[in-house]
Amino acid sequence: MSPEQPAGKAAGGLITQAENTWCPGCGNFSIQHMMKSAIAELSEEEGIPLENFVLLGGIGCHGKLMDYLNVNSFYGIHGRAIPAATGIRLANPDLKVICHVGDGDTYAEGLAHLIFAAKRNSDITVIVHDNRVYGLTTGQYTPTSPSGFKGRSTPGGITEHPINPLEMVLAAGATHIARGYTKKVRHLKDLFKEAIMHRGFSFVDVLQICATYFNLTDYYNEHAYELAEGEVETGRFESAQGKIREWDYDREAPIALGTFYSVERPIYEEHFQALTAGNPDRRALVRKAIDEWR
Amino acid sequence: MGEYSVLIGGKAGEGINTAGLSIAGLFSRLGYRTYMYFDYPSLIRGGHNFAIIRASERTIGAHRTLVDVLLAFDQKSIENHRQRIHAGTTVIYDASQVVRGEGYGLPLDQIVEEEKAPPITKNSAMLGALARVAGIGREVLEDVLRVSVPAKHLDSNLRVARRGYDAVEDVFTVERLDGPALPVLTGNEVTGFGLVHGGLESYVAYPMTPTSNLLHFLANRAEGLSIKVLHPENEISVILMALGLAYAGEKTAIGTSGGGFCLMTEGLSLAGMSEIPVTIVMGQRPGPSTGLPTYTSQTDLHFVLNAGQGEFPRFVVAPGDLEETYTWSATALMLSWKYQVPSIILTDKTLAEGAYSFDIGAVIPHPDQESVLWDGSGEYRRYAGTEDGVSPLAFPGREDAVVKVNSYAHDETGFTTEASEEVLTSREKIHRKEESLSAELTTYPAVMTYGARDAGTIVCWGSEKWACIEAAEELGCRVVQPLVLAPFPARQWKEAMVGAGKVACVENNATGELARLLRQHGFDPGRPVLKHDGRPFAVDELVARLGEVFG
Repeated sequence: MSPEQPAGKAAGGLITQAENTWCPGCGNFSIQHMMKSAIAELSEEEGIPLENFVLLGGIGCHGKLMDYLNVNSFYGIHGRAIPAATGIRLANPDLKVICHVGDGDTYAEGLAHLIFAAKRNSDITVIVHDNRVYGLTTGQYTPTSPSGFKGRSTPGGITEHPINPLEMVLAAGATHIARGYTKKVRHLKDLFKEAIMHRGFSFVDVLQICATYFNLTDYYNEHAYELAEGEVETGRFESAQGKIREWDYDREAPIALGTFYSVERPIYEEHFQALTAGNPDRRALVRKAIDEWR
Repeated sequence: MGEYSVLIGGKAGEGINTAGLSIAGLFSRLGYRTYMYFDYPSLIRGGHNFAIIRASERTIGAHRTLVDVLLAFDQKSIENHRQRIHAGTTVIYDASQVVRGEGYGLPLDQIVEEEKAPPITKNSAMLGALARVAGIGREVLEDVLRVSVPAKHLDSNLRVARRGYDAVEDVFTVERLDGPALPVLTGNEVTGFGLVHGGLESYVAYPMTPTSNLLHFLANRAEGLSIKVLHPENEISVILMALGLAYAGEKTAIGTSGGGFCLMTEGLSLAGMSEIPVTIVMGQRPGPSTGLPTYTSQTDLHFVLNAGQGEFPRFVVAPGDLEETYTWSATALMLSWKYQVPSIILTDKTLAEGAYSFDIGAVIPHPDQESVLWDGSGEYRRYAGTEDGVSPLAFPGREDAVVKVNSYAHDETGFTTEASEEVLTSREKIHRKEESLSAELTTYPAVMTYGARDAGTIVCWGSEKWACIEAAEELGCRVVQPLVLAPFPARQWKEAMVGAGKVACVENNATGELARLLRQHGFDPGRPVLKHDGRPFAVDELVARLGEVFG
């Protein structure tokens, strides 16, 4: 166990007995414990039964969270958590569906799913463990690695520039966009709670320390700041876009943390809810359709 | 003579498919069993589309080469089908388009202009002319138009149909039969109905011929059948969305063809490992790659049998007609849930887009199969070890249950494990399901036989069933058709093949895929009779080819 792991008293029952194999100092510990606390607090404050939370993971260090939290979980495959999450939400509107995904996982392997879930405003929450490097496959560049990054597959340094994931999901139609940092845990927990309670597609990019392959602790500590109240008009696209563009994941600039955008729009799954309501005798419906065939 | 064949041909966009279904409707109303083969290239306008509608006193599911009436909207519809014309064939053509035609020329441009009717009504003129030459009364013709044409276009269609009717003369007489007027449905439509019969709640697909029409059909009837129909961004999303739906308790099917199924294979393997049920309608068309998108083949048998990394049980069934499609689509979905395995319904373009008379009254449904649900006692373990390998299901949202599914090797609760013993235990549990499913299938008609066995045995699968049955009657052979292809019903196969004599194995592929499967199980598949130009066998063509084996 890492010494950085905060004590989890209130929500102690949410941590499983599974052996934790993250590296000491890994940013995943913060995400694990803040998600645990967010779930416990929302359960208490909002009256959401614990059994109504569902976590999904892709493949990568982040995915191990599925084994570490004692909550319903769908430990899926690389890049594909998001469409499964939409399926779960379609089947049961009472569930709070939370995807934990990695930056290689969702920005590379599964990018189409991220963009389309935002576009359709699927009522799910996507938490990106953005350590800007592949950890589990031992140190290659990801879509958010800065230019010049020397990974094991690119020893000469990458010549391409990173994507700005917040700008991308804003353009795609996400209705709730935030950024957190694993060294600001209370702030992170509040971002999680806000994102989970948002009705519609919510997205939190978490700047996560990779202690082994890309430790940006000093860099983030120097540049990151929390957005002050009113610093961005979260209901206005242009305001959010302007603030999101302040830092492009590449050049040196202040790194804003907080909620950039949050608006209400009709959610995808609602269109389908009425169709299967009441669970009628479908065999009778088939028989009727065939008898009336013309 | 008891049976008739009609060909209608023209350019894409002229409504040949719909006109063909109306022709089938004409014969259905007189008590005939019908089958329609629809042939079209992959384009929206132009080219050459044609449908062959065959009507018979008896059940049929294949076309013959020769036709009794040829309805030609253009010159190609005559030139491309010279080999189908015989001494008794009546040719009716659009005199506005066809320069060299022998038979009845209808001035269709002039007719629709005079009747102030839209060009699409030319189909009704052809239908009217067909009814007249076949001695079918006006009332039957108008009845067909009344149910197939939207009310606001009915008048113009009736006027144009009458013009067609009056422009030709009686040539022969189609007798009215005692049989019921059966509805004419496609394989796709009946797959949809069968799935709903089996408990379907959601259908997810990305468009791809030949199963796009299943997506369209269910989407149009989502309210009437009380199901969700979803069309996400690609086939990877399709299968993952389905797995999410099923994990949360909703019975879901998906549909695709070979290219889309390629993208689904990682999801298929996930379904195998996580034991989440999913039913896949896999409509075959000729590959490799884009191949012949709108034609038919039986070239993905080994693909579906082996798709996905790792080893896991799956159920694969290849129905050969609408009745089998209905019962086995329902059963595929139910067995998928009972055994928590992927089910694959293997169709092809011939079956999926072909139209057949459908007698729901003659369908004998298989027994219902229930999913095994958690009884709520003790701590819930998603992958609890059981004798038959099936772990009771609970869904997220259930109090006192933490439902953990996992793509990694996992223990009984669903936690990742790499420990040798736990890995073996969970692997053995998964493989026990295959034995349990195999045992269950011994009570199902997994291998079908038809006809007497004098000259030998014709082995076939899927949509070649009815061409083989008819050919077998002419040759004095028995037909043996495996419906279930995985787990392979070896004992039933062995029994069906006792005293088989000479054996021919009929398939729409170049390498003999069923033959290869039979050899894998230690059976002799006999002589291959293969066709791989994207078209199904015509009965007479098949008889000639089989003559080489049994002659």
